[in-house]
Amino acid sequence: MSRALISVPPKAKKGEVVQIKALIQHVMETGFRPNSSGVLLPRDIITSFKCLYNGTEVFACEMFPAMAANPFLTFHTLATESGTLEFQWTGDNGFSVKESAKIQVE
Amino acid sequence: MTGMTRRDILHCAAGGAVLLAVRPAAATPAAMQEAIRQVVGSARLTPGRMQLSVPPLSENGNTVPCTVTVESAMTAQDHVKAIHIFNEKNPQPNVISMQLGPRAGRASVSTRIRLSETQTVTAIAQMSDGSFRSHSANVIVTQGACLEDTP
Repeated sequence: MSRALISVPPKAKKGEVVQIKALIQHVMETGFRPNSSGVLLPRDIITSFKCLYNGTEVFACEMFPAMAANPFLTFHTLATESGTLEFQWTGDNGFSVKESAKIQVE
Repeated sequence: MTGMTRRDILHCAAGGAVLLAVRPAAATPAAMQEAIRQVVGSARLTPGRMQLSVPPLSENGNTVPCTVTVESAMTAQDHVKAIHIFNEKNPQPNVISMQLGPRAGRASVSTRIRLSETQTVTAIAQMSDGSFRSHSANVIVTQGACLEDTP
C-alpha cells in the first residue's frame, strides 16, 4: 500500500483560492531502465490522477514515465463550499489509491 | 603517413559502437514537435503570458522541480483548460498533461520531473478560447535520470 500525503487548508473563506499539495509513494519505473543483468525493467507508473471537490472534478492529469518517483503535484482550487476533497491515483498493474480531506468554508 | 591507420579506424569503430550501445532510444526535438502538434493541432502557438520555471542547472535529473504559471483571470469565459509539459531528449516526449478549469481559481501548478540529459523543456497552455501559449526553458543536467543501474 502506498502512502499518500495531502495538504489542504482545513479552513478557507468562500471564494478564496486554496493551494493543494498531493504526494504519493511510488517508484514510477520508466520501462527504459535495465537492471544489473541488462534486462529492461517493466514499466510501472501512475498514469492518472484526479481531484474531486464534493464529487466535481477540479483537477486531473495524465502522467508519463518522465514524472519523478513519488509524484508530487501542487495545484489550486476555489473554496466554494464546505465538504470533501477526494484524490484518486490510478496506474499500471492495477494500482489504485484514494484519499480524502475535509475543508470547511466560511 | 597521412590519413587513417588501421588502428585509428578500429578505435573509431569501437567508439561508435560504445556510443550506440550507451544511448537508448531517445525522443528527438522533432518527436517533441510532433507530440506538441498532436495536442495543438493546426492552431498557432503564441509564446509569452505564461512562465515555465525550472532551475537552469540541475545536479540530479531524477527529480527536477518545475512550476508552470499562466496569466489568466480564470473566469468561466476566460480560463486555462489544460497545461502540458514536453521534453526534447527523454525516451518519450510527453511528461504530464493537466486538465484545469475555472474552478482552479489560479492557473499555477508545480511538479517534479525526470530529465535524461541537458535539454529544453516546453510547457503549453490551452486556453478556453482555443488559443495556445507556450514557454520553453533550457535545463543543464549534471547527472541524468534513467540510465543508472538499480541499486
